[in-house]
Amino acid sequence: MDFPFEFSKKQLESIEDVLNEELIELGVQSVVLIDLAGNVIVNLDNGRCQHDVYSLAALAAANFGAVSAMANIIGEEEFSLLFHKGESDSIHFSKIGTDLLLLTIFGKDVSLGFLRLKVNEANDRIRDLLL
Amino acid sequence: MALINPKKREVQVKIVYYGPGRGGKTTNLEYINEKFRSRIKSEMVTVKTYNDRTLFFDFLPFDIGMIKGYTIKVQFYTVPGQVKYNATRKLVLRGVDGIVFVADSMTLRQEMNIRSLENLAENLLSFNKNIETIPLVMQYNKRDLKTEGIPILPVEVMEKDLNTGLKAPYYTASAVNGENVAVTMKRIISMTVMSIREKLELGGSE
Repeated sequence: MDFPFEFSKKQLESIEDVLNEELIELGVQSVVLIDLAGNVIVNLDNGRCQHDVYSLAALAAANFGAVSAMANIIGEEEFSLLFHKGESDSIHFSKIGTDLLLLTIFGKDVSLGFLRLKVNEANDRIRDLLL
Repeated sequence: MALINPKKREVQVKIVYYGPGRGGKTTNLEYINEKFRSRIKSEMVTVKTYNDRTLFFDFLPFDIGMIKGYTIKVQFYTVPGQVKYNATRKLVLRGVDGIVFVADSMTLRQEMNIRSLENLAENLLSFNKNIETIPLVMQYNKRDLKTEGIPILPVEVMEKDLNTGLKAPYYTASAVNGENVAVTMKRIISMTVMSIREKLELGGSE
């Protein structure tokens, strides 16, 4: 499988708008859209984030891939929730279509439930943009 | 597949160092990490076992400057070489644009080299990629062992085992001493960037 996506400037700007409206304005620290090879497609933050995004993307893609393989081994197609909880910051993974992964880093001031709702809305809007 | 970002005018290219376990893949990246510090903005990521063998992968992002108005970011990865980690190797190979095959020159490792190369070909095929067409450089590593009295394979034998059909460029090397590590790296970068130049030219007119 090779990745079919080639993004236009307009698409990238529209994706950024969606992620800003749905997630950054919600109060998340950082949101990164990557492909499953670990490439960073869009990277937004709240202006106070200093993460090494490229390393994070590589690890996230590999992590997600490994977890998906584990799901298959136990007979699941995939896990509906992949989320790592930290003491102050957490990271949420969400697959968009078959080839993209949305990472959201958020603090205690954002509830996981509400985040998942907004991530789903962002996913739907991004999928529509890529049709 | 190389990711071209027309908004940032940036290209991300994935190069994987592949080969049998303990062959020198991680050592190559460690040398690059030390020698080219000025081009590397972050620490090398390594996921290792307790006895220092790569468990998941090593990752090193590397900026090579601009080509045709695009900033080229090379993402170097290594894979775990041990036979049991094939599922992980497949994950890491996803979206690969160029490969360095690090073969172990020790005579004892002759069969492992061949099996590892066959494994690479199979894994690439599962992504509809062909080992004969993907940018590929062979590195015959650990040539320094000869001076320590450890039997190593002649280059002609390694070429016959691994490169008869592929006819990829090859370099003898000693990654632990840095010998030909940079040359290998530069060659694979050059070949990989050449392979995507058409896309860059099309993108450049946007």
